[in-house]
Amino acid sequence: MATVRKALPRRLVGLATLRAVSTSSVGTLPKRVKIVEVGPRDGLQNEKMADHAEVLKGIQKFPGINYPVLTPNFKGFQAAVAAGAKEVAIFGAASELFTKKNINCSIDESLQRFDEILKAARAASISVRGYVSCVLGCPYEGKISPAKVAEVTKKLYSMGCYEISLGDTIGVGTPGAMKDMLSAVLHEVPVTALAVHCHDTYGQALANNLTALQMGVSVVDSSVAGLGGCPYAQGASGNLATEDLVYMLTGLGIQTGVNLQKLLEAGAFICQALNRRTNSKVAQATCKL
Amino acid sequence: MGNVPCAVKQCLSYQQLLREHLWIGDSVAGALEPAQESAQLSGFPEYVKIVEVGPRDGLQNEKVIVPTDIKIEFINQLSQTGLSVIEVTSFVSSRWIPQVAAGATEVSVFGAASESFSKKNINCSIEESMKKFEEVVKSARHMNIPARGYVSCALGCPYEGNITIQKVTEVSKRLYGMGCYEISLGDTIGVGTPGSMKKMLESVMKEIPPRALAVHCHDTYGQALANILTALQMGINVVDSAVSGLGGCPYAKGASGNVATEDLIYMLNGLGVNTGVNLYKVMEAGDFICKAVNKTTNSKVAQASFSA
Repeated sequence: MATVRKALPRRLVGLATLRAVSTSSVGTLPKRVKIVEVGPRDGLQNEKMADHAEVLKGIQKFPGINYPVLTPNFKGFQAAVAAGAKEVAIFGAASELFTKKNINCSIDESLQRFDEILKAARAASISVRGYVSCVLGCPYEGKISPAKVAEVTKKLYSMGCYEISLGDTIGVGTPGAMKDMLSAVLHEVPVTALAVHCHDTYGQALANNLTALQMGVSVVDSSVAGLGGCPYAQGASGNLATEDLVYMLTGLGIQTGVNLQKLLEAGAFICQALNRRTNSKVAQATCKL
Repeated sequence: MGNVPCAVKQCLSYQQLLREHLWIGDSVAGALEPAQESAQLSGFPEYVKIVEVGPRDGLQNEKVIVPTDIKIEFINQLSQTGLSVIEVTSFVSSRWIPQVAAGATEVSVFGAASESFSKKNINCSIEESMKKFEEVVKSARHMNIPARGYVSCALGCPYEGNITIQKVTEVSKRLYGMGCYEISLGDTIGVGTPGSMKKMLESVMKEIPPRALAVHCHDTYGQALANILTALQMGINVVDSAVSGLGGCPYAKGASGNVATEDLIYMLNGLGVNTGVNLYKVMEAGDFICKAVNKTTNSKVAQASFSA
């Protein structure tokens, strides 16, 4: 496989002047944030995922890195296990209509299906991550109550998900809504088991993430190069770019363990392969194209 | 996430949700809907004044030269949106009399917290620039014309790199002391992050009251809204932005510059902060100018709303 690499300029003005500022200056922020990279799945989902087994088997699996795979149903789960998956992800939603349109059943029915997966996963020592869609708004129901989000999240947690990622699926959320929603969820689930998955469709992702961090959340989902548009508004952006997230966290003095330069290279690689421009502002600023 | 077809755009509930966020159509411009009042968080200003810099800062940094009649139409459209401050143009001259003769009701002076930037930009040291500004501001005040001060490189300089908060404070204080009614602190190359914004503001606010301060955040590294949010939490209630995010960054080719007014208003609306501005009308003005300069908007709200 030909490796197409563009030499990125080393003189990155922003990065060179980036000086980590003590986290104590912005109130209580986590010292370390885990970034969950969803680019290869969520980002590329618009492309086919039919080669899932081949991909999972073909990649180098480095120690210390988790490679979760999405398993919407039990059959998928079994196939994932057969292909060597050690961690799987299941997708719930805080909206009845969204659940109906997405997987053709009610929230309760979906949770029953997930329970089956969770039981089998526990027996096979496989970790399960839960996702809750539409936490700040639903394309079908409109407003979603924080209480509903808390209820679904609590159920997934008590069923055995080690972590629940709260997703602003259509990116409509703003810091106030994020705070209200998290306040409700934090009554039911410990902050250590929570993550946020903010879409940048209305440019609010980083501000929403900052709010979540200020409330103690220390796991954030993002997608390199901001891969993955929004299926609900043609031409609009979707995922938050990992590069831009890492930039903010680094500036805040929060540890991520991620090398931004290498991330930029991976982003450049996939954008070239997809023949598209990056959605990351950091990448745009540092690439002299 | 999910495999739902695009037809959802037509869904009434989605339209309703967006209407509440974007305040499209029948909402009175700027009026807080009853449902929004409870959403207003503590720790944020009740009202934020948006200073629209698109016609000057924005167009100045676009490649295309915009014909005069287009500029005038653009500004006229912005005047219908509820914006109370629109930076219209620039008279780049140390002699400010032409501005007054042309009917200017406010003048701006541009300082910098970096010696190198000052030298490269206006060919003099910070001290020399302050002396010139003093003359301008003094004369302006004599004629009851308010003067706004800008401090460039408040969070970093393309030439010097890090800028000390002491220097930013010193320059800001100087501009305020000579009579500028408001000081706009500019993250000129957009390198700031919430931590550095907070530290800088803490220092400046020891010398200048927050009501006399504004922030001018560039979105070159995607940090603008997060930085603005931080500034708001600290009591700042004046924010500069440019419709459609007009104006690239002259220091990083292809990079973005100003934060888009639409995206800013979206966030403020969601926070229940009053702005007096009709987002939909701003989007229309943005659509107009983008077509006129033949460029795609930098506003994500516009991208999501004006989908093909």
